[in-house]
Amino acid sequence: MRARLTAIAIIGAAAAANASEIAPLAVSFTDGAVAESLTGVAGDPAEGRKAVFTRSMGNCLACHQNSEMEEQPFHGEIGPPLDGVADRWTVEELRGIIVNAKMMFEGTAMPAFYRDPSEAIRIGAQYEGKTILTAQQVEDVVAYLATLKE
Amino acid sequence: MRLALGALAALAAVTIGAAGAHAGPDEDKLVVDGVEIATEAPAPEGHPLDKLYSGWRFRTDETQALQMDDFENPAMVAVEYGIELWGKPAGASGKSCADCHGDVSELAGLRAVMPKWSEAAGRPLTMEQWINWSIETHQEAEPWKWESQEMLGMTALIGLQSRGMPVAPDMSGGMAEWQERGKEIYYTRMGQLDFACATCHEANTGYMLRADHLSQGQSNGFPTYRLKWQNIGSLHRRLEGCVKDARAEPWKPGSDEFVALEAYLATRGAGLMIETPSVRQ
Ligand code: HEC
Ligand code: HEC
Repeated sequence: MRARLTAIAIIGAAAAANASEIAPLAVSFTDGAVAESLTGVAGDPAEGRKAVFTRSMGNCLACHQNSEMEEQPFHGEIGPPLDGVADRWTVEELRGIIVNAKMMFEGTAMPAFYRDPSEAIRIGAQYEGKTILTAQQVEDVVAYLATLKE
Repeated sequence: MRLALGALAALAAVTIGAAGAHAGPDEDKLVVDGVEIATEAPAPEGHPLDKLYSGWRFRTDETQALQMDDFENPAMVAVEYGIELWGKPAGASGKSCADCHGDVSELAGLRAVMPKWSEAAGRPLTMEQWINWSIETHQEAEPWKWESQEMLGMTALIGLQSRGMPVAPDMSGGMAEWQERGKEIYYTRMGQLDFACATCHEANTGYMLRADHLSQGQSNGFPTYRLKWQNIGSLHRRLEGCVKDARAEPWKPGSDEFVALEAYLATRGAGLMIETPSVRQ
């Protein structure tokens, strides 16, 4: 999963984190927020930034404009702009919104990025057993969003 | 407080979308060889949308232009092939379509009422299925594959005869059940991304989804020449792509699910004009 990391020390850390990773069904919400880190490993904002614009990862730009990444073409307009989200939401709330936005915004179009795949109807064969983002990618995205202050 | 914030965010989404450069359909008029084809219609009673718009109104000027001139329309190659097949004898009967039906213009209006109930089959059949039924029972020839150039050429040719006529499906009798099933699928959130057809084409029509300007997902232009496909393609091929966009497992072209969805889409687009063969991005 984190094979892209080459430094041995970091691989060690990631492996340790996997062991204590919170499974999708075990995530606990309070008013739509998730207090506890999914991995116990601090998110990497640079990796999170990449996940936000990369189509095969978060592809958040499909629905959100984000001035901080103007170099990326095509920002969607289905959700509110991400500009200044860290002023509006705490880290715990942002984590809740990424894990399952429906817990914060009832009936929202926004996908749940860390939902148990068994809850999906007719999930595509190649996505079976997979969440959209891994637990660490969620932490990375949250760390990136936490930098979006106005 | 959470709910209030959620509502605020939703409001913000609406405002931003409305202010966006691409929000909503454009004001262009579709005129093909001097004849205007209406691209909007009042919504039928009880329709979830305020007004119906053809997908043509959401496309760029360049894409729109391709559909305004039959010499520019790349789908016309398929229509030409359809004309060739119309007059060509085939199968054990040794008959051509023309031998039984006369001029293809005799079939004007047929595309506008698809899918249509078949008493013999006890179910609705799409244009593709009617064509294959005729090939098998009348021509006594091998049926065509759903997405074959033969089938696309013939559905484009027959569809063209109804261009400019309003979509007017008949949902009486046994059709109602199929329409209902189609509606159920339309509103079911599916796949890893948990999207329903309605998520993109009802709740967010007019907005940009990354690079895509979302239309109402109307079916009045099919079969459609899609620039992305570099070919003409069926409605069911498009539906397959949309289901995959939700990262869900698509049904097969010709499946009962897609026939049901096609029936429901026809009722969602009732009153819009047939544009076959349309051009999309
Ligand atoms: C299919 C559309 C869609 C996608 C994809 C999507 N979102 Fe959203 N998002 C929304 C919508 C719509 C809202 C507004 C909530 C509501 O429905 O009321 C929202 C709300 C939010 C909010 C709260 C914003 C605010 O100002 O209140 C954040 C933060 C957010 N999304 C982040 C993300 C991130 C990060 C990703 C990708 C990992 C993402 N979204 C992907 C549609 C989407
Ligand atoms: C993830 C978003 C998404 C979902 C979910 C989705 N579509 Fe689409 N659909 C699109 C996009 C993007 C296009 C191309 C632009 C447009 O016309 O909206 C499109 C085009 C279409 C078209 C062609 C419209 C035309 O004018 O040629 C039809 C018909 C359609 N969709 C029907 C459906 C149906 C039925 C479903 C559910 C089975 C569905 N879509 C689900 C995104 C989606």
